[in-house]
Amino acid sequence: MNDNNKPPSLAVEGLSFSYNEKTALDKLNFSVNPGECTVLLGPNGAGKSTLFSLITRLYDSHLGKISLCGFDVKMETRQALARLGVVFQQTTLDLDLTVMQNLRYHTALHGMSRKLANQRIQQELERLNMYDRRLEKVRQLNGGHKRRVEIARALLHKPALLLLDEPTIGLDVPSRQSIVEHVHQLVSEHGLSVLWATHLIDEIFSDDQLIVLHKGQIKYKGPVDTLLETTDTKSINLAFKQLTQGVGE
Amino acid sequence: MNILHYWRAMWGIIGRELWRFVRQRERFISALVRPLVWLFIFAAGFRASLGLAITPPYETYILYEVYITPGLMGMIQLFNGMQSSLSMVYDREMGSMRILMVCPLPRWFLLVSKLIAGVSVSVLQVYVFLVIAWFYEIEAPLEGYLYVLPALIVSGAMLGALGLLLSSFIKQLENFAGVMNFVIFPMFFMSTALYPLWKMKESSEWLHYFAFYNPFSQAVELIRFSLYGEFNLYAAVYTLSAFFIFMVIAVFGYNPSKGMMMKKGGR
Repeated sequence: MNDNNKPPSLAVEGLSFSYNEKTALDKLNFSVNPGECTVLLGPNGAGKSTLFSLITRLYDSHLGKISLCGFDVKMETRQALARLGVVFQQTTLDLDLTVMQNLRYHTALHGMSRKLANQRIQQELERLNMYDRRLEKVRQLNGGHKRRVEIARALLHKPALLLLDEPTIGLDVPSRQSIVEHVHQLVSEHGLSVLWATHLIDEIFSDDQLIVLHKGQIKYKGPVDTLLETTDTKSINLAFKQLTQGVGE
Repeated sequence: MNILHYWRAMWGIIGRELWRFVRQRERFISALVRPLVWLFIFAAGFRASLGLAITPPYETYILYEVYITPGLMGMIQLFNGMQSSLSMVYDREMGSMRILMVCPLPRWFLLVSKLIAGVSVSVLQVYVFLVIAWFYEIEAPLEGYLYVLPALIVSGAMLGALGLLLSSFIKQLENFAGVMNFVIFPMFFMSTALYPLWKMKESSEWLHYFAFYNPFSQAVELIRFSLYGEFNLYAAVYTLSAFFIFMVIAVFGYNPSKGMMMKKGGR
C-alpha cells in the first residue's frame, strides 16, 4: 500500500515465466503507485514484451502474482482489465476504419453508452489535437498520429494504469518528443499511473521511477537520481551500460 | 459489469464485422461467385451424367442443380467460417486481436460474439445466393425460405465454431493453406453436398461412412430438409452437438492458462 492507503496501480510479486526451457522472466517484484510514471528500461529481448503480455493476460504464468489496483489479474481478470489501458508495440488499429470507428469499437468493448463514448472521444482527441481528423481513415494517418489515436483510445475508459510498450518505435524525433511529453503530462496533471517500456534513455524524465530489466531479471528499481548514486555514474546511459553489460554479466 | 455492457460489446463486435464485410466488396463477390460457378457450370455439366432417385425431402425427380443448392448454401457457410478463422489468425498476427482480448469481458463471450458476427455475414450471403438461384429457376416452397433461417444459424454456428477452433491452433498465417487442403476440401467433397449418401455407398462403403459422420453432411441435410419445410431431427442434433464440441475446444484453445495460447507463449 502507498501513502494514501490505496493499493498500487500495479503490483508484481515473484513473477517468473519461461518459453520451454528458456527463462524469460525471473522472480520479478515491483509495483507502480498511483500517479507514478515508471519506465521499464531494458535492451531488446530483456523480457519487456513478455511482461506486458502477462499483465494483459494474453499469457498466463503459474509462478507469481500480478494485481491491478488490488485485483488479481488471474482470479479477478475482468475487474483488473477494466482498470487498464494499453498501447501495444505494434499498431492495433483497424487501418480501413476511420479514427472515430476505431475508437467507438473500443468504447463498445468497454460497455460505454453512445453519448458517453462521443463525449470521451471528443475529450481525448482534442487533448491530442486530433479531433478534426476523426473522420479520416487510419490508413491515411502518419505513424505519429496513429500512435496518438492509440493513446487516446487507451484512455477512453479512464484506466488507472496505462501500459505503453515501446510506443515511440519508428517515429521521428518531434513525434516521439510530443508523445513522451503528453504521457508525462497525463501523470502530473491527471494522476494517471504509467508503465512505459522502452530501450531509449532520452525518454526518461528525472522524476520518473525506473526499472532496469536485463535477461529477465530486475537489475535496478527506484528513482532515477538514486540510480546514478548506486552505480556511481554520471549519466543514465552509463549506469544502464554498467547494469546490462558490466561485471557479473 | 452488467447486461448492457455485454450487449454493447456484442453489437460493437458484430457491427465491426458487418462493416468490414460491406467494405470488402471483393470478399462479398467472391463468396457469391464460388457457389454460382458450381451451380451454373459444374451442376449444369453433371446434370446429364447423374441420375437421382427420389429421396426425402424431395417428393419427385429433381434436377441436379436443385439437389446441390443446399450443399452450396453449406459451402458458403463453410468458406465463411474459414474466412473468419483466417481473419482471426491475421488479426492475431497484426495485433488487433489483442484489443479484443484485453477488454474486460470473458473470453468465451468475446468468441461467441465473434461467432454471431460471422454467422450474420454468412446468412446474409446465403440469402443473396438464394435470390440469384431463384432467378435461375431453383425455387423452394416460399415458407422454406423462412424455415431455413434457424437451420442456417445452427449450421453457420457449427462451421464458425470450427473456424474458431482452427484459428486457436494455427500458429501462423502461412499454415492456413494446410487448412484448405486438409479441412475444407475433404469436408466438402466427403459430404452429401454434391451427391446423396446412397450414391456414395454404391461406389465406396468407406466414403459413405466418412460422409455420414462428417458434421458438414449433417449441416447440409439440416439445410436441405428445412428448405423444403421439413425438420431433420438427427441432422439438427448432430450439428448442434458438433457446434458445442467445437466451441468448447475453441474456448479452451483461447484460454491463456490452458490452451494453445499457452503453448505459443510458454509457462
